[in-house]
Amino acid sequence: MVQPLGYLPESASQTAGPYVHIGCTPNFVGIHGIYDQDLGLEPFPKDAKGQRITITGVVRDGVGKSLNDVLVEFWQADADGKYGPGAQGFARRASNFDTGEWELTTIKPGAVAGMAPHIGLWVVARGINIGLQTRLYFEGDDHSKDPLLNRLEHQNRRNTLIAKDTGNGTWRFDIQLQGEGETVFLDM
Amino acid sequence: MTLMPRNRANHPVAYAPGYKSSVPRSPRLALIAGSPTATEQTGPVFGHELIGKLDNNLILNFTGEPAIGERIIVHGRVMDETGRGVPNALVEVWQANAGGRYRHKKDGYLAPLDPNFGGCGRTLSAQDGSYEFMTIRPGAYPWPNGVNDWRPMHIHFSVFGASFGQRLITQMYFEGDPLIYRCPIVATIPDKAAVDRLVAPLDMNRALPLDCLAYKFDIVLRGNRQTMFENRMEGL
Ligand SMILES: [Fe+3]
Repeated sequence: MVQPLGYLPESASQTAGPYVHIGCTPNFVGIHGIYDQDLGLEPFPKDAKGQRITITGVVRDGVGKSLNDVLVEFWQADADGKYGPGAQGFARRASNFDTGEWELTTIKPGAVAGMAPHIGLWVVARGINIGLQTRLYFEGDDHSKDPLLNRLEHQNRRNTLIAKDTGNGTWRFDIQLQGEGETVFLDM
Repeated sequence: MTLMPRNRANHPVAYAPGYKSSVPRSPRLALIAGSPTATEQTGPVFGHELIGKLDNNLILNFTGEPAIGERIIVHGRVMDETGRGVPNALVEVWQANAGGRYRHKKDGYLAPLDPNFGGCGRTLSAQDGSYEFMTIRPGAYPWPNGVNDWRPMHIHFSVFGASFGQRLITQMYFEGDPLIYRCPIVATIPDKAAVDRLVAPLDMNRALPLDCLAYKFDIVLRGNRQTMFENRMEGL
């Protein structure tokens, strides 16, 4: 016998379920009076330096239906490519119960440590057994040296990580959970 | 500090046909693996000013009048895989009321709403990773999946460790609940030992006489390693 390594195994994930909003965005589902406001409404203060942008999107399932019960979290650097301080750069959005759309107004992130400007995303919902990590890059930026994008051998898969420029500082980023055009999900 | 790779064997599979919602919502292509970067190694840091006085008391935090149900303390530690406590972890919880009903427009279960139960709470872990909540024991509830599927009593947990790459949502189950091993959502986890680690034991040492019972639920997040070799100077 040898000495035990002694590491603890990570706790197993379980689906966020259909009622994730009660815990994560209670005001969004009409549970008022417990928290002043939902966490992650504003990723940056109003006077933060950088270009204000608005990103909208949906998360679609394998039959093409938009998830109206999804929760998406965002983590990004500021305009100078720096993370933080505190919770600055963090946002959380629940999709609209009718349309499945989410919308985030934020600052366009700067490039970070050799990577093209991007936002880290984490997606949870009923039917998703472990939160899905992915990234949002911006159409029009130079992605030629981005280490992650360069690892993806299929050009059409790479495009699933690039938000479309829809003009005037607005961007579109749809996530496909399964099937044709399945978004690249990460294990990092 | 570098996040250790996630051991997917500790987790549920994405496609688990017994849990029907996972069928159209599970990615079918392989995850793209890579070493964590600054985006995964950093994460939001929440301050104590975020947390209100009653945020971790689900019995009282909705109206100030006590919720109906079996009073319990849920406590434990947030640790990482090296066994170190994770301080300042934001722990958010949500649950059904004592009858198994959620305060949510999509929950139409027969059991009544409790006017004094909102169903959510949050806290920040202490320096040693410890946390606690006061709540009522949630009821089991039926859900549309198989013909007669029931969720065991459970509390949903969302945990922010020190980095975005440690992000975890899970559920806590209660020792002795016969529904645990009949639940298709629990069964998405292939490893029985990993399931057992989500079952909180009754903890009579923390129960308050003539007041409430207690359950202990430890949560382990991905580990961080730090070695001299990772921090070596250029050329060494
Ligand atoms: Fe539940």
